[in-house]
Amino acid sequence: MAPEPPLLTMSGITKSFPGVRALDGVDLEVVAGEVHCLLGQNGAGKSTLIKVLAGAHQPDGGTITWGGEPVRLTSPITAMRLGIATIYQELDLVEGLSVAENVFLGHEPTSAGFVVRTREARTRAAALLRRLGHPEIDPARPVGDLSAAHQQIVSMARALSHDVRLIVMDEPSAALDPDEVDNLFRIVDGLTADGVAVVYISHRLEEIRRIGDRVTVLKDGRAVAVGLPAKSTPTRDVVALMTGRNVEYVFPERPEPGARVGAEPVLKVEGLTRKGEFEPVDLELRPGEIVGLAGLVGSGRSEILETVYGARRPTAGRVLVDGAPLRVGSVRAAVAAGIGLAPEERKAQALLLTESVTRNVSVSSLSRFARAGWLDRGAERDAARTATRELSLRPDNPDAAVRTLSGGNQQKAVLARWLLRGCRVLLLDEPTRGVDVGARAELYAVIRRLADEGLAVLLVSSEVPEVLGLADRVLVLREGRVVHSADARELDEHRVLDLVMEGSPTS
Amino acid sequence: MTQPAPSAQHHGPEKGTVPGPAAAPPSKQGGGPRALGLRVDVRNLSLLGVLAVLIAVGGITEPDAFLDTGNLQLILTQSSVIGVVTVGVTFVIISGGIDLSVGAMVALASVWATTLATQEYGFAGILFTAVVVGLAAGLVNGLLISYGGMVPFIATLAMLASARGLALQITDGKTQIVTVQSVLDLGLPDSYVLGIPPLVLVFAAVTVAGWLILNRTTFGRRTVAVGGNAEAARLAGIDVRRQRLYLYLLSGLCCGIAAFMLVILSGSGQNTNGNLYELDAIAAAIIGGTLLSGGRGTIVGSVLGVLVFTTITNIFALNNLQSDVQQIAKGAIIVAAVLVQRRTLRGGET
Repeated sequence: MAPEPPLLTMSGITKSFPGVRALDGVDLEVVAGEVHCLLGQNGAGKSTLIKVLAGAHQPDGGTITWGGEPVRLTSPITAMRLGIATIYQELDLVEGLSVAENVFLGHEPTSAGFVVRTREARTRAAALLRRLGHPEIDPARPVGDLSAAHQQIVSMARALSHDVRLIVMDEPSAALDPDEVDNLFRIVDGLTADGVAVVYISHRLEEIRRIGDRVTVLKDGRAVAVGLPAKSTPTRDVVALMTGRNVEYVFPERPEPGARVGAEPVLKVEGLTRKGEFEPVDLELRPGEIVGLAGLVGSGRSEILETVYGARRPTAGRVLVDGAPLRVGSVRAAVAAGIGLAPEERKAQALLLTESVTRNVSVSSLSRFARAGWLDRGAERDAARTATRELSLRPDNPDAAVRTLSGGNQQKAVLARWLLRGCRVLLLDEPTRGVDVGARAELYAVIRRLADEGLAVLLVSSEVPEVLGLADRVLVLREGRVVHSADARELDEHRVLDLVMEGSPTS
Repeated sequence: MTQPAPSAQHHGPEKGTVPGPAAAPPSKQGGGPRALGLRVDVRNLSLLGVLAVLIAVGGITEPDAFLDTGNLQLILTQSSVIGVVTVGVTFVIISGGIDLSVGAMVALASVWATTLATQEYGFAGILFTAVVVGLAAGLVNGLLISYGGMVPFIATLAMLASARGLALQITDGKTQIVTVQSVLDLGLPDSYVLGIPPLVLVFAAVTVAGWLILNRTTFGRRTVAVGGNAEAARLAGIDVRRQRLYLYLLSGLCCGIAAFMLVILSGSGQNTNGNLYELDAIAAAIIGGTLLSGGRGTIVGSVLGVLVFTTITNIFALNNLQSDVQQIAKGAIIVAAVLVQRRTLRGGET
């Protein structure tokens, strides 16, 4: 893109962990003032690469040059001193400290070397926040009180508080709403105009089109394409590079509309409300039906699912399974009635990461394999295996620790748990988050097949095409209110996005 | 995984529960648990090594005194009381909790079980009282933590203080001598079974029961799940609060049993009984490989941890080294064991 020498050159970087070769000779070249996008499926080596760049991992081999000089990034502090800042996906802020304290954590402006000059820190933090387009964030507020989007801004302010020349952003848009993403892009534009280089990691190809200059694609620890033009490389080519084959989102076939009309609803939600989160929701779910909830982050989607599941206590309304009302606010009642939840934060909310596949799958059905509390481990293992095989979970090893599975297979382990439990209503919250593009189609097929076998599915996803492609019926949510309900075939992405943002049903 | 066929056949009984449509899968399944068992053994191997070294040191420095049958019986007997406490504490720690009140519960149960009024009911009265007092204290801990929403550290710290206080109030600081002969008899060599003191048999029984509960029951599985990821356990439909309540009850029960054992051993009840047991039990569990953050731990490891500590104490005493030196050595062993575990754990990580 430019004739000037690159700001950063990484060549032949290798890094192995016990049993895994995470990086197998990766090259990356970044010039000042560009947005360099890093693409790749989960496990392709993106995280390892940026950790090497941040000084958090030491590479086994390869060289790094910075502004033409060879350097060794022996610690995060070394990288930071050179002007490399990293904003991780999981923000590394201290919730109990104020915005200003977080921004200057580790390099506080001080008098006599140890007395923190609070006022100066606040003034300078305020200036940084203004530069980031968020003057409304109060530097004195505890970070824990801020929204996720604002916390990310604080994280960026921290990066800018150093004399930064390269910022690495790891999926910065993952937790943001569209207008917040717009602001993020404005910030990125401002940074690059100042000559700062940005390494931008995202799963969303359309974002890369919008702000990227060049793209490096990683696959299986190698760079399979270095410095492709971000705007003009066809999507098909990029996906092919990432997956090694041509993949599109493939949704399984749906039964005809009205095919399930005769059936009695298995799940009924009547006037379910949680003050401050969502207004009265009514819905019916028939066996074999997939109902999608579309809406932005914060529209109350996950909250509705968790309230139906009993993990949150409703302020009004009730949930009925087969016409019988459930005890409110009780997960155990919901599970006993045949409801299962695959939550949004799979690792934090569903999985026992260090435990085996078998134990993760059987955890909700333990008493089935026990007599007087005594486990029949053979029966447990066989049943768990039958369930995971039905979902083609890979590897087909019941003793594998769930931690070692890919995102898609971890999700299958959660689904297998409910399959084994014999549940009849499945609540899916962002079922394909963190799942490779290639593995998604398979997951969609699994979900549809479970529905065809008589399961009722309530699906939440922030990816509108996913809701439209998979669900039979769609409820559109905006600010905690159902603003539209229609057959999925009668909606298109544009219409749903309109409804989600405007909330003005015109039909 | 590539076990030769003969070794897989050792697991014949387990295969009985496997329908096994084909011949191949069952033999593969036999390999899984075996591999798992081996890995656990490796984790405890370093502790066994430490124990072997200690026995060698004892045998070399004081060959006559250390290897004497009476001394070995003593080591095992001394391990028994704290060992029973440690089994209970191990469960609590695996579940992600902590129980700081075990020493105080042992003290309270032992003095309550040895009041003049209790002793009138003889053997059964003493045993019953010790167990019930332990259970009651554990119940209070459990209720405060599960349903009162208190942090385990705080709730059990409060129990530590008040149980000790109550124990002092009951005894008025005096030693309560046990006069029930059938209780005292259990501490005498005449009661030994094949040379094994009854207390050691109780310890062995508690250990076996603990191992079975942890590894073979839904209770054990739920304990690990709660400790590994409480939120996931809750959303999987496990009653996390009730599970926690049961765990503190279990710890209290172990303390009650240990109190009875201590009464046999010392022939008395004192409010200073079980002093610092909480630290010894936690330390033994930790060097045994139990993760303080929960989700992982073994009964065998904890029991080995107890044996290591008791053996050290014994050797030092035989060599006329004071308790200050013992304390320093204990601290060093905790540090060394945890460092070694961190290494081996990291090595095994993928």
